[in-house]
Amino acid sequence: MAFGETPIRGWSGLLFVGSLSLFVVLFITFALLLILADILYIDWQAVLTVMTSGFIGHALWMSLWTSVCTVVLSVLFAVPMGYVLSRFRFPGHVIVDSLVDLPIVFPPVVVGLTLLVFFTQTPIGRWMESNGFEFIFQPKGIVLCQFVVSASFAIRSAKSTFDEIDRRLESVALTLGCTYWGGFRKVSLPLARNGVIAGAILTWARAFGLFGPLMIFVGSFRGRTEVLSTTVYLEQSIGHLEEALAVSLLLVAVAMTCLITIRLVGGRSVRL
Amino acid sequence: MIQVENLYFRIGEFILNDVSLVVRQGEYFVLLGPTGSGKTLLLEALCGLRKLESGRLFINGQNVTDLEPRRRMIGYVPQDYALFPHRLVEGNIRFGLEAEKLPKSEIDRRVEEIAEQLRIRHLLNRRIEGLSGGERQQVALGRALVIQPKVLLLDEPVSALDESTRESVCGELKRIQEELGITTIHVCHQLQEAFMVADRAGILKEGSFQQIGTMEELTRKPRNRFVAEFMRCGNLQFQHGNLQQPFHIT
Repeated sequence: MAFGETPIRGWSGLLFVGSLSLFVVLFITFALLLILADILYIDWQAVLTVMTSGFIGHALWMSLWTSVCTVVLSVLFAVPMGYVLSRFRFPGHVIVDSLVDLPIVFPPVVVGLTLLVFFTQTPIGRWMESNGFEFIFQPKGIVLCQFVVSASFAIRSAKSTFDEIDRRLESVALTLGCTYWGGFRKVSLPLARNGVIAGAILTWARAFGLFGPLMIFVGSFRGRTEVLSTTVYLEQSIGHLEEALAVSLLLVAVAMTCLITIRLVGGRSVRL
Repeated sequence: MIQVENLYFRIGEFILNDVSLVVRQGEYFVLLGPTGSGKTLLLEALCGLRKLESGRLFINGQNVTDLEPRRRMIGYVPQDYALFPHRLVEGNIRFGLEAEKLPKSEIDRRVEEIAEQLRIRHLLNRRIEGLSGGERQQVALGRALVIQPKVLLLDEPVSALDESTRESVCGELKRIQEELGITTIHVCHQLQEAFMVADRAGILKEGSFQQIGTMEELTRKPRNRFVAEFMRCGNLQFQHGNLQQPFHIT
């Protein structure tokens, strides 16, 4: 066993590693036990039903594409916002910084309610709804809900990453002939890569499993606005507990596959 | 040639106050002073990385006060070198040439040339994290020189090195500077280092120049007690507020 490149030796070393690892073991064991309980309880006939259901397939597809769109949109906002919040001080900086964190703090269901009020009760919202920007009970609304709830994770992560990048690197880039944009693109952005990916993973995880605000803002219409998380609710609310469980396991399997893939593909260190 | 005219700017409590300086064409000028005296800030102002409240800056006669950093043609080696960790050594050296959008063949030729001159050809495919302090310094110097700058600004270029390496690197810096004939400002707070490279030096204290002259002038004719003490003769020669022969406060 090694601590970075330093080997762990002696009783104190083993005690140190052992006591820290205990928390890892406890956490992972509990998570695995929960999944195992589902697997043991599950009716395999229900799994078959779920796997062959066109509606569930559609919900899976909706979950995937909406969450991917949300990630793309979030990263698109997170990189410039994270950079601005990290590098520039302006009046109201603290307020903007706090506003970014707001969706992390309040219950997601509030987002659904707020969006519903905005698009039904305010002139701007009503104008948008009647001029082609329809979100209520629409698949686009799923993306909007997911974005509002989860973009904060991407922005926060991007800001922390830019905070850690030495500003002198950008300064040197400027003296070497780069424009401000060039310095950002050639120095800061490549160095922020891992932090941005970490933020994207958090955003995706949050968006993929989102439930509360979707029920309020877009509902859960079979074959239209249903996503896997709302399927679980729908199935168990009509007494199909086995199907709900099968969908839950499908949700876990897809989420695990995606997270591991993103880490393996995106987490590799860049060699330029 | 570098001309600084009545430079003034404030950062928090610190003020760079009415600083004027002329560094002659091809001269190796050393900026001395204790930590916090404003040496780095002055270099950053020359690079265009600080906003001036007043004053003017000229490089080879051209007023660069309001020019963007990239248009000043300055080779800048900051403290700890600030090498780009996501690029190989070669990528670091190529950086400025790529920013200039030069043809690839020209970039390759100039990278080869500077690597040869600095004797770092064997490092070109190495990652930054594996380099020693001396190697990093050479790479940073190569990155700054390859763009063929009008002036070279070195911010404590050897302070991160051990004493024996420092001496040889200072010798190298002087050799390269003389070879290229490039006007250079070198920031340091080690007298030994200044003696090795300086044609002239200036001593800064709390944002103001105390004295500018050759190292000999600074040593033999310190203008005030601070300069005398900084040049390490104060404790020997300065008694009761007067500096005795052979040193004079002028």
